Amino acid sequence: MTSTTTTRNDNHGAAVQTPAPVLAFDNVVKEYPSTPPVRALDGVTFDVGEGELMAIVGPSGSGKSTLLHIMGTLDRPTAGDVTVAGHQVSTLSDRELSGLRSRHIGFVFQQFHLLNGYTALDNVADGALYTGATRSERRELARQALTKVGLAHRIDHEANKLSGGERQRVAVARAILGDPSIILADEPTGNLDSKSSDAIVELIQSLNAAGATIVVITHNPDIAKLFPRSVGIRDGRIDYDTRTTP
Amino acid sequence: MTATTNIAIDTTPPLRPAKLQRSLVNTVDMARTATVGMRTRKMRTALSALGIMIGIAAMVGVLGLSESSKSELLAQLDSLGTNLLTVQAGAGVGAGSGELPADAAAMISRIGPVEVTTTISEVEGANVYRTDYIPTTQTSGITVQAVDLSLVDTLAGTIDDGTWLTDATADYPTTVLGSVAAERLGITEITGTQQVLIDDEWFTPIAILDQFELSPDLDRAALVSLDAASNYLGDENVPTSILVRVDPDRIDDVTSVLAATANPQNPEEVEVERPTDALEAREAAGDALTALFLGLGAVALLVGGVGIANVMVISVLERRTEIGLRRALGATKKHVSLQFLGEALLLAGVGGVGGVALGALATRTYADIRGWDTIIPPIAMAGGVVAALIIGAGAGLYPAIRAARLSPTDALRTG
Repeated sequence: MTSTTTTRNDNHGAAVQTPAPVLAFDNVVKEYPSTPPVRALDGVTFDVGEGELMAIVGPSGSGKSTLLHIMGTLDRPTAGDVTVAGHQVSTLSDRELSGLRSRHIGFVFQQFHLLNGYTALDNVADGALYTGATRSERRELARQALTKVGLAHRIDHEANKLSGGERQRVAVARAILGDPSIILADEPTGNLDSKSSDAIVELIQSLNAAGATIVVITHNPDIAKLFPRSVGIRDGRIDYDTRTTP
Repeated sequence: MTATTNIAIDTTPPLRPAKLQRSLVNTVDMARTATVGMRTRKMRTALSALGIMIGIAAMVGVLGLSESSKSELLAQLDSLGTNLLTVQAGAGVGAGSGELPADAAAMISRIGPVEVTTTISEVEGANVYRTDYIPTTQTSGITVQAVDLSLVDTLAGTIDDGTWLTDATADYPTTVLGSVAAERLGITEITGTQQVLIDDEWFTPIAILDQFELSPDLDRAALVSLDAASNYLGDENVPTSILVRVDPDRIDDVTSVLAATANPQNPEEVEVERPTDALEAREAAGDALTALFLGLGAVALLVGGVGIANVMVISVLERRTEIGLRRALGATKKHVSLQFLGEALLLAGVGGVGGVALGALATRTYADIRGWDTIIPPIAMAGGVVAALIIGAGAGLYPAIRAARLSPTDALRTG
């Protein structure tokens, strides 16, 4: 993935280089209908640049999941603009959003969401099922992705016979299949022991080093600290947005 | 990262999105996704397919058995011939004396399309006994019939043991026993040394007949030739019934004139029947039963369809996270609905094919036991599979729509 960069002034008048946004939120509001309406997101504005690795961190009920769903185009905002890979989400039909997800967004879930009874290879190959790639193409991509996440030796193992850490690696491999514009990981270490959790964080870091744009959603500030950018969210608003300069 | 104090000018053109490509799945992959449920829930798949299978098997089996038995009947009718008519004297109050004119057979034989006539004359009051020690009241219900030698050919009858009456044996006190009569007399084979007592005369049984399909009355009779009846039993050879074989194409023509020809003075005392009508009536009764069983099969099929709908609805509930995942991977609503509809069709299709196989096997087994030719109408087989698929489509439609309408965020949240 090549990095296109734009420059802007930071708060101190100095110009810093930031990548072109792959994902942009502009004053996004999400309300769930009830009496009174629940405002899960309240004017959220931020960008995710190409090649960025960031964490969105916040306690339970802060609006993280809603944010993830809107970032992943699984849900639409009540107000505000969302742009993913240059496409304005509000202008796209449900079918077009599916197309956008199939090619531009990779998901990693806390519960892995693998199909039991299917091999690691077939689970990963499903990552590109809706792109129109043939089965052999998908399997070849899946083989490469599994090798990339260090599971080349587990290709033919059934998903339910793998350890938690391995299952999450399979899920990561599925998300990176087809080189999506952005990978959204929802509590990817939430169901793992600390050793597996560290390994997944390392994997995410190495994928980012290789050029992938990754957003990790977590409730754990210690995990968030491991990433170069951390966006805190509380009560549906952005609490802080900090970058660590390497 | 190097910080500069100059305001940098953005020279990069704004990111222009490539044209958005739609989600695409080829047909083979779509079909493959429809097998996910079957592969991951084998027992449930087998049980829900079984419901459809029983329904289809019942329908194919009923149709197959009905066809096989019909073919047996047709073969039977073919061998017996449908061109046999019986002319009988009516008996009872207002129906006459129970006798036909003595020259009735001769007159009937003059009708053009009549091929052969056979006269049967019941020897009144004659009874048959195994020995003369048996009380005369124990008649065993066996009658004595004086018949033409052409009887066996006319009725397409067959001989179980011995030899049918010939010109040589007809003049002697010999008798041929009907199958039931022989059994009641305790004669199972012809030895040449047995004798039976008919009206104080000893007759030698020379043959035992197989059952007559077209004239069950003769099964319970001891048959003697007209000459022997006249010579030894004092019978007057008054015909009680005449069997007539006619040109198969002129049956109706002959039927219409038969009564008047047999008894021109009192044609109303003559009954004309076509014995094969009874067999056809039996078959018609069988058809009614077939319709009943087909109805039961249809009910079983419907219940199977409801079973599939039930399983699919449960499947959609259980597989919410899979649906959510697929939507996240880029599946459209249509892809999701097609997956579940395909799964219902597949379940029903497997049940349908299994049902056809089971129905065919049942038909084959039963037909073998009955000694029939196995005939399973191709339309029943094709219809069985098509009916199963239609039921499957109907059963899968609602769950498929429900799956497609599921919000991806709700679906993923339940995981």
